[in-house]
Amino acid sequence: MNLWLTVAGMGAVTYGIRLSLLVFVSHTSLPAAARDALRFVMPAVLLAIILPAVLYVGDDKTIDLSPGNERLIAAVAAAAVAWATKNVWLTVGLGMCALWVLQWAT
Amino acid sequence: MRGQLPLLFGVAPFGMAYGAYAIEAGLSGGLTQAMSAIVFGGASQFVAVQLIASGVPGGMIVLATLLVNLRHMLYSASLAPSVEQLGLRWRWLLAYLLTDEAYAVSMTRVARGVDGPFRHWFILGAGFALWATWQVTTSLGIFLGAAVPDSWSLDFALPLTFLALLMPVLTSRAALAAAAVAGVVAVAGFDWPYGVALVAAIAAGLVAGVGVERALGGASGEQVSA
Repeated sequence: MNLWLTVAGMGAVTYGIRLSLLVFVSHTSLPAAARDALRFVMPAVLLAIILPAVLYVGDDKTIDLSPGNERLIAAVAAAAVAWATKNVWLTVGLGMCALWVLQWAT
Repeated sequence: MRGQLPLLFGVAPFGMAYGAYAIEAGLSGGLTQAMSAIVFGGASQFVAVQLIASGVPGGMIVLATLLVNLRHMLYSASLAPSVEQLGLRWRWLLAYLLTDEAYAVSMTRVARGVDGPFRHWFILGAGFALWATWQVTTSLGIFLGAAVPDSWSLDFALPLTFLALLMPVLTSRAALAAAAVAGVVAVAGFDWPYGVALVAAIAAGLVAGVGVERALGGASGEQVSA
């Protein structure tokens, strides 16, 4: 039940943000400083999620920066694919395959 | 409709990855689908699933959602002039469908000079097509996630999906700095409780991005990129 409340809250804030300037505050533009800052939300969020998910591995979730960290290696390979192709299917597909191969090989 | 076909294909793997990831993380199918329908914001849904799986309290998850989706305020602002002739009902409807992709499609259309009295219908069409694609691919992902055993490490779909999203937004040194600082803070704060690390990481990333941009002397006027 608690989780459903959480999802409802998530929906409310998201809808609120989207409505904000469209409905509540028309004819107002965002201050330039806010505009500048908001453009960095995506890069910040994305790497903040990616790095811990790739570096903290194993059942005990310890940091592993060694080449023995299969997720790290697979993620580096996937990053190269994403960079070169900008293709989501290829990035996710090849990244998963890389992880499976590395897990199978060790 | 032709203008958005590539986008629909682009959204499809995210939807499937989200559905599969959420099931793998232990969410129920109903909750996973409901989140897609109610929140309708891919990145924030992935983040929420991860936080739910780590037992982060609901209030903190809502705060993280707020931060992640705050960028939609930019879209809301730049779309406002084109909807000011419309009634409230239209605005409420379009706001619900206002995602990264819908915004990109409608803005491309404006930039091409394809404009006119029926533009809101175009935005509605694009938004609804994206919404439907998101719901259907979430369902597919839920089935996929339920069918695939844990040993397949489907939770790895999260960093992979985000990598695919990250590369196109690393368009400047400032964006790179924002990402790097946020990443380091998130790693350093891995053991901090209640999801504080993510919130701190995003805040630090924004400060770093703005700071580097100012230092390089190239603020405002740059194209808004999602």
